[in-house]
Parts: sequence; structure tokens; C-alpha cells
Amino acid sequence: MTTSPSSPASGPYLDVKDLRVRFSTEDGVVRAVDGVSFQLERGKTLGIVGESGSGKSVTSMSIMGLHNPKRTAMSGEIRVGGTDVLKLSEDKIRRLRGQAMAMIFQDPLSSLHPYYTIGRQIVEAYRVHHDVSKAKAQKRAIEMLDRVGIPQPQKRFEQYPHEFSGGMRQRAMIAMSLINDPDLLIADEPTTALDVTVQAQILDLLESLQKEFNSAIILITHDLGVVAQVADDVLVMYGGRAVEYGNAEQVLRAAQMPYTWGLLSSIPSVHGDSDADLVPIKGNPPSLINLPPGCSFHPRCRYAMLNGGPCDQEVPELLPVQGEVGHLVACHLPDQFRKDTYVNEIAQTGVAVVSEELA
Amino acid sequence: MLRFFIRRALLAVLTLFAISVSTFLLFFAVPANPVATMCGNRICPESTQKQITHDLGLDQPLITQYTEYMKGVFVGRTIGSGPTAKECPAPCLGYSFRTGQPVWDIIKNGLPVSMSIVIGAAVVWLTIGLVLGTAAALRRGGALDKFSVGFSLGGASMQIFVLGPILVAVFVYGLGWLPRPTYTSPLVNPLAWATGLILPWVTLGAINSALYTRLSRAQMLETLSEDYVRTARAKGLTRREVNYRHALRAAITPIVTIAGLDIGINLGGVVITETTFNLQGVGRYAVQAINDLNLPIVMATVLLAATFIVVANVVVDMLYATIDPRVKLS
Amino acid sequence: MTEMQNAPAGAAVAERKPAREPLLIVENLVKHFPVRGKLFRSGGAVRAVDGVDFTVAPGESLGLVGESGCGKTTTGRAVVRLLEPTGGKIVFEGRDITHLRGGALRPIRQDLQIIFQDPYSSLNPRHTVGRIVSMPLQVNGIKPPGGMRKRVQELLEIVGLNPEHYNRFPHEFSGGQRQRIGVARALALRPKLIVADEPVSALDVSIQAQIVNLLRGLQREFDLAFLFIAHDLAVVRHFSQRIAVMYLGKIVEIGDRHQIYDTPAHPYTRALLSAVPDIEVLGTARERIRLTGDVPTPLNPPSGCRFRTRCWKAQEICATKEPTLDIIGPAGQPVACHFPESGPLR
Repeated sequence: MTTSPSSPASGPYLDVKDLRVRFSTEDGVVRAVDGVSFQLERGKTLGIVGESGSGKSVTSMSIMGLHNPKRTAMSGEIRVGGTDVLKLSEDKIRRLRGQAMAMIFQDPLSSLHPYYTIGRQIVEAYRVHHDVSKAKAQKRAIEMLDRVGIPQPQKRFEQYPHEFSGGMRQRAMIAMSLINDPDLLIADEPTTALDVTVQAQILDLLESLQKEFNSAIILITHDLGVVAQVADDVLVMYGGRAVEYGNAEQVLRAAQMPYTWGLLSSIPSVHGDSDADLVPIKGNPPSLINLPPGCSFHPRCRYAMLNGGPCDQEVPELLPVQGEVGHLVACHLPDQFRKDTYVNEIAQTGVAVVSEELA
Repeated sequence: MLRFFIRRALLAVLTLFAISVSTFLLFFAVPANPVATMCGNRICPESTQKQITHDLGLDQPLITQYTEYMKGVFVGRTIGSGPTAKECPAPCLGYSFRTGQPVWDIIKNGLPVSMSIVIGAAVVWLTIGLVLGTAAALRRGGALDKFSVGFSLGGASMQIFVLGPILVAVFVYGLGWLPRPTYTSPLVNPLAWATGLILPWVTLGAINSALYTRLSRAQMLETLSEDYVRTARAKGLTRREVNYRHALRAAITPIVTIAGLDIGINLGGVVITETTFNLQGVGRYAVQAINDLNLPIVMATVLLAATFIVVANVVVDMLYATIDPRVKLS
Repeated sequence: MTEMQNAPAGAAVAERKPAREPLLIVENLVKHFPVRGKLFRSGGAVRAVDGVDFTVAPGESLGLVGESGCGKTTTGRAVVRLLEPTGGKIVFEGRDITHLRGGALRPIRQDLQIIFQDPYSSLNPRHTVGRIVSMPLQVNGIKPPGGMRKRVQELLEIVGLNPEHYNRFPHEFSGGQRQRIGVARALALRPKLIVADEPVSALDVSIQAQIVNLLRGLQREFDLAFLFIAHDLAVVRHFSQRIAVMYLGKIVEIGDRHQIYDTPAHPYTRALLSAVPDIEVLGTARERIRLTGDVPTPLNPPSGCRFRTRCWKAQEICATKEPTLDIIGPAGQPVACHFPESGPLR
């Protein structure tokens, strides 16, 4: 009864092309995602970075097919293992959820049902997709609890979410999401609600599980430190659009988009000169109902219109950076200007570091 | 659980004691003479009045009267003295000042009527409320949702004494489908019991279901936006499993609480419904007794209503702990 | 390489901290929250803060870091006397304010303000910005020269808000702007010390830096002292000259920025710092210290050293003898550990 789509011999496991998601609300149409594309292979981790309202969570919910079709207009393609999930019926995509692709969330306490034991919830996740006896499912669930590092899994199986600590709850969530051995795991701010020492444990766990199961992971976060630690590729989103995309080295060490610069110089370093002021991004994130025309970042960008460019009129396309394979950026500024600015100005503040190549 | 139960039972006894004392005091604070009630409309000779006052123990200090009353409730007592003395076995709630009938008998007559009305109506309002409210929430913005909103509003502004007579006029006198509302013991004739009470059930049930529809709809909408419902969907559960096993299960908890308390309150008497349909339940007895300053009946009905509310509270708390594992009863 | 660059900057910080009388002295502060017991028995107490000592000098920022449940927020609330301490002493400007009540607290409140984490729930939604910011002035019967409105508009300008927004309501502002309103309110009485309880953790990254810069500017301009409570170690390092690390209701290590971040002596501090994901290092290249298990319950903390149940250096003495801050670590900072670590982290 397995409905997992067979992955094509080559090519990425997840391929998102020109995804657009719109919600109609009383206040107007929300363009939550506006033309986002990316690919992800098995065994690799993509970090999607952005602030609230950047469209990062909406993107992941679209992949899982969790939006209410009545109030959501979606276009583009989301190929999971070769199948375009946007074209699937609700029942077909439901069979993929939790099976081929699974998800964990920010707050494990509110994401687990308070009335059911951890064990029952995990068994349920297994039995939706596997026609096995309760006893068999239970055995498998206890094995999973053990695998994610929950001590006394037999006893914990019988307990309710409120009897777990925050870190243990997130481990249980991970056990539940991985019980069907999914090829794609989407982790939406999985460690934001946790303390740093627990966060470190959970990130380690995700890394080791990824090695074991060879799954593709999308990690959605606002924390560039987490991204630096676990991501192979990084997608920076702003106002529902992808503004920079590349591997971690490219995006974090040779950033090309003024918004990414803003993020890097907003974050204090644990090594650098602590008396130097941070350079924040001015203003506030835009409303998705009423995006600024042109580049939606231009009202907050300190480099906007420098070359008399069309920043306030034309939406910049996501284009390859010259000489860097796979590094894409959506900005009207000239390549050389951006490279120079990064090396000379940005790399001196916050947590920005210059990659060896650029230096 | 047991510890909780004992503590709550002790608390219940204390509450009932406080209520009985205050009812007693209130009654004696009223500037009226119950002896006149006993005499009826006749003008009583002074000696008769004195005799009645003495027989009722009204010449005793208040505290003695109260202890006598409580003694009667638990072990029985003798009321009056000499040839008019009456043996009143436990549970003795005294005799009606007006008719001399034992209050216990009056309660025994009225209680099944009130209970029948309330339980039947509760089935109606819970069924309509939960089904309509949940269905509306699941199809938010649809036709059914709009209907449910209108229904809640209409029901909330409708009155029992308006809807009741209309239903009677249509179904009893107009179409002749139903007999006039009466109470028949279900032990004697269950069919007659049901047909006789169906209009009160529908009337009280429909009006209360307006509130319950709105409540269930709001609860269900709130739960549907909970993170754990999203998790359930992300696991690949079917819509039915998500809606019923995950969302409804959580949405129903506060409704259980309110329904339990509502039923408890109503069991003490549903005056308007009883009056509208001319059914002799405890509610009506209570109102008549208050008008007549008929202390023994007032006392008994007030204590009865209080008991129901206190018991309903304990039951609700225990149900809550059974439904929600986060609630601990210790 | 970065440490080398830091050294001169560090010296500058040390110089800027003249030996002035401490503004705030906290001695052996204790705050227990009683737990409701069964039937007639007492349920014990949550020992949220269990004997904490520190001082804050005028114009200085002391950072208070630790994980959830370590007692840092409770400490902050006890200092501004939103909570009544169970024991110990809080001395502000030479005056014992530990058990002051009602009217007697009022003059102290002028000098001692608090900024909260959640800019959404800490502002009354039905009051205009003008009313929110002027409230502390009105309550204290202060009539600013030039009028209330002028003073409030000045304050709004100081925190980077448009003075014309005087008549707007909190919901018309974004999260960062609301936090600015909270800062303006705290500044209204020209306080000497502000307790900032996770002032930026509810904000987006790009907004966090705005608020941190604002607070730093205010600190310099008005010689404000801060008790800066946060779980984000990088932000605390950036904002505070001295840092105290808390674990289970106790301070385990206290020292200046460089002592704590470059040569941490307490195993817990080292574990904490080691767990912070470092943007400047891609991947998990460096050797990390991983704590196992969870923080024990503050209802019944471990005997002796509270960290010993998760500590890789723990020995018998750790269970029997509680280490105190009298112990001086290798880099010169007080550290409550029998076996302090030495040398730089990594």
C-alpha cells in the first residue's frame, strides 16, 4: 500500500518551480509567496531564512499541501520525487503526508495533542500509512523513541506530552515524523522555542538521523547561526520572494543582497569587537497585502537607487552572480559593486565574514 | 481521585449548611406572618393562632427551630404537640403550611417532572448544538455556517413563553398530532411520557441549543486552528480522523463543563417552562411557596437546587479530569 | 584571530568602568514560590532564586544569562520589587528597598524601571501612546517644564518614534516600534537603572539590532545602568560589560565580558557557550561540549553543586560541599566550582 513516489534516477528529490501562493482575506489579497524556485537532493539540507511574513512557512505548508484550497490560490510546480503535488487530489497528497514527506514544528508542546499519550500519537502516525497490528506499531514506536534518544522509551510511550520536557517533546515529534522513514523532512523553526544547550542536542540529532536515513531536510529558521551549522544550501526570503540563493559558503560568506547584508550586520558576534555598533536594517518588514513596488526591500535598503537603478519600479529577477556557480541574487546593483561593498563595508560588522575566495 | 472526592464532598456539605442557614434567616427576615397563611383567609381567633405558632415551633428561638429542622431531615421528628402532633419520619422536610401535606411528598411529585423536562431538553440542545455548531465550523463561511449564526441569534432572542404556546397551538390544537403537554410517569407509560413532554423538550431545548451552537462553533473553530490539528493533518490522517479524533475531542471539553453546570442549575426547577406548559415541577412549587411564605417548601426546594448545583460541579470536575489528562484532581 | 583584535577594545571597556559606589547591591537574594500541597500538607517551594549576589555600578550594564527556569527573570522582577523577596537584601543607592511597600516604593520606582519582553502584552491597548508614556509622570505627580505633551514628544523622539504619533494606539505600531514605546515609558522618569527583561527576543532579527542600538545609545547618553536579562549569549556579550551566568537559581560565574566569553571557568558556562551555533564557522567543525539530560527541578535541587548531575568533572566533593563564588577562577573571575576550567574555550 505504499504510495511513495519513486524518485527519478537522477535530479533533485524536491523541485519547486515558480511557486506562487495567494490568500484572499477581508483586507485584500495576501501574496504570501511570489515566484519561488529551489531544488533539494536527498541527504542535503536547505536552510530557508527570513523574518516573520517572509513567506518561508507558507512555502513549507504548500509543499505539504496543508493550505485550505478554498482560500488559497497556488500556481507553479512542486515536484516531490518527480510527482507534482500541486496537481494531486487531496486524498493522494494526504497519502504522501507523513509518509514521503513529514514535518516538525516550532512549539512541540502545542503541536502534540494534549489528550493523547505520546505513544498513541506516534502509533497513529505509523498506522495511517502501514496496515499493521497495534502491537507491531507499538514496537516500532518504542524503537523510534529509543533512536531519538529518549530514555526509558517503554515508560515514556505511555506518558502525555505535558509530562515531557521541551527537548524531550521535540525528540518525540522527531520520532513521530520519522517513523515512516520519509524522504523529505521539513523542520519549521524546530529549535526556536528551546534553550541553547537543548537546541544543540536537537540539531545534532537531526544531523545524525539525516546521515542514517539519507533524507532531504528543509530547515526554516530566522537564526543564521543554526543555518550556518546545518545547512548545505541557503535560500533567503523577503516579502514572499527569494532574494538570494546559493550554498552556505556563498550566502553567508559572500552575500550579495543588501537584505542578507542587513541580517549579517544586525547580529552581534560572540568573537568580534563588542564595542562596535551593529548596523540594523531601518524600518519594518513590509505588509504582504501592500508590497512596495519594484524591489520590495528598496524602502529599507541603504544602497537602493545608488546607480539610479530601477529599484522602486522593477522587481529584480533572481539571476546568477558572475563567476559563482549556483549563487543567485535578486538585486539591481552591479555585480562588482556588490562584491566590493561586501568585502569593504559589510564584512566589518556583525557576524559577516569574508570567504577566502573573495578576500 | 478519592482524595479529591472526599475534599469536595466535605466542601459540598459546608456549602449546603451555609445555604440552609441563610435561607432560614432570610425567611425570618421577611416581615410577614406565616401563621396567617395557615389560617387561610378566615379570621383566626387569637388562641388558634397561638396554638399554630406553638405547633410550628415558631415561638422557639431561631437556633432551636433550625436544629429541629435539621434533626428532622436526618432522623425524623415530631411536629406539634398534644393531639395534633404528627410523626414525621426522616427525611422530614416538614409539612406545607398551606395544605399540611408532607413536603417530602411534594418534592417526590415535582422532581420527576422537572427532571424529565430537563434531561429530555438537554438531549435536544446538546444534539442540535454540537451537530450544528461543529458542522458550521467545518464548513466555515458556507450556507450551513450562515444558517447556524442566524439560528443562534434567533434562538437567543426567542423566549420560552412565546415559542411554547406557538408550538402548542400548531401541533396540539392545529394539526392535532400531539396531546396537550402533561406528565405521565415513564414507569407507567413511556410512550405517553414522551409524547406528553415532547413540546417542552423541543421548546427549552431549541432555545438553549442556540447558545450551544454558538459555543460549539467557536470552540471547534478555535481547535481547528490549533497546532496539534495541523500536526494531525501533517501526519496524513484523513479529514474525518483529524476533525473528529483530534479537533472535536478537544473542542468538546469546555462544552461538557458548561452543559454539566447548566443541567445542574436547571434540575432545581425550570419555572418558565413548567409554567408555560402547566406542568407541576419543583420550580413551580418553589414559586408558589415563596408567594405564600410557605417556609418548609421554600427551604426544601432551595436546598434541593443547591444540592444539584454542588453535585453537578463535582461531576463536571471529575469528567474534566477524565477527559483532559493535564488536569490532576489532587 | 578575532580575539587578538578584541584586546584593545576590552581594555577600553575596563577603563570606562571607574570605581564608583555601586548603584545596586543585591545580597543573598532569595525568592521561593510556595507550591500548593495535598489536603493539609505543604507542597514545598519552587526555589526560583536561591541566594544570588551581585552589584551594578552607575552607567554599567550587567548581563544576566541562563536557560529557562534558571531564575533570571525572577531576579529582575525582585530587583524592581514587582515581587517580594523571600530573603536577602536589595540596596539601591544606599537604601535598603528589600521590603518597602506601597508609597515608600514610589520614589525608588522613579529611578528603577523595567522593560518587558513582550511588546504586545505590556502596553494597554486602550490607551494612546501619549497616555502610556506620560502615565509614570502623572502617577508620580511630576509636571515637566514646558508641559506634559512636550516632554512625551521629546521622549518619543529620543526612542526614534515620530512625535506626531502621540495620539495613536499600540496596535497601530509594529513589534519593534512597540518596544520603543516601552522604552520611552521606562525613560519618562529619568531612571538610573533599567531592568531589561529579554527586551529583543520577541522581535525579528533586523529589528533586534535597532533596539539594541537604541538601548546602547541611551546607556551612553544618559549614563544609564542596565540589568540586561537575556538568553541570547551574543546579544548579552554585545550589550553588557559584565556578565553573570545563572543555573538553577544561583549565579555560577560572574566576570567581565572577556573573562566569561574568552576564558570561561565554570563547566556550565563552557557548555552554554559551546552550544551557541556560530555563524562564523560553517558546519559543526569545532569540538563541542554536549550536556546530557535536563535541568533538575527547582523544587528539589541536587545537593552540593547544582550542576553536578550534568557535569563531566563532578567528583564526590561536588555532592557534599556547595561551591561558592569565593572561589576565584584561573582568569580571575569568581566561579562557583570546585574544579574550574582554565584556558580559552575550544
